[in-house]
Amino acid sequence: MFRVTRRYHFAASHRLHSEVLSEAENWRVYGKCNNPYGHGHNYVLHVSALGLADKVAGHAVNVPLLDGLVEREILKHLDHRNLNADVDWFGQEVPTTENLGLAICRRLKRKWREAFADDWPRLDRVCIEETPRNIFEIDAGEIE
Amino acid sequence: MVITRKIEFSASHVCRAPELSDEENRRIFGPAANPHGHGHNYLLEVSVEGSPDAVTGMVLDLKELKEILNREVVALYDHRFLNYEVPPFDRVNPTAENVAREIWRRLEPHLSGAGRKLRKVRLYETADLCVDYWGEGPCSA
Repeated sequence: MFRVTRRYHFAASHRLHSEVLSEAENWRVYGKCNNPYGHGHNYVLHVSALGLADKVAGHAVNVPLLDGLVEREILKHLDHRNLNADVDWFGQEVPTTENLGLAICRRLKRKWREAFADDWPRLDRVCIEETPRNIFEIDAGEIE
Repeated sequence: MVITRKIEFSASHVCRAPELSDEENRRIFGPAANPHGHGHNYLLEVSVEGSPDAVTGMVLDLKELKEILNREVVALYDHRFLNYEVPPFDRVNPTAENVAREIWRRLEPHLSGAGRKLRKVRLYETADLCVDYWGEGPCSA
């Protein structure tokens, strides 16, 4: 079995602000990330899939199919967008990178079969770098 | 404890399954099916699991690991056209998966044993695409 990991990039802005907290509490919890006008990041997204090497083609994951899925379902919706104002994935949740990673992972799981109809490959994990120093990893098996 | 050593090699390849037509190869592999080939700066990460030796304090002498990697991988693969110059890629399609598996097969006899175990090879074809292989079993790394 192989794990194939593909890296993608998108740039987006967000503001960390919870409606259930007061202005003072939001500032205390989120600090400068609570700036009312928001701020942005160059996010780096790693998508990993587990697969078996195809006997004929010799690859475990058809990378162009994965690229198409990620472009269609993720990057097109996030790149050069404001996560609070332009993206309706979060409801009442705050677009922290934890919640962004979970939303990406759920969305990829839900749409996976549209790109990969067979039993393999399977989504294994999603890793998102908000900055080179802040990294969030999600095991796809641990979420619905 | 797991220790990892990185090495690089530059090589060209063409991804082409001989059982498939030119059109099918182009559909599956895209530009990687260009018959004249293309190249990568491959980056290989080799991870070995073990406990530090009671006397030397080392899981494995990294100089020895470097020599094995140079002998078994770099000397054979660096600045070569894999399909034409490096068996078994004259008959095995040199996808990143197959190159990673072949490297595992070459390294495993030299790195597993004496209380140590080859844990994983990770092969980067580009900074945006890598493959992990840990032998034929289920995911363990």
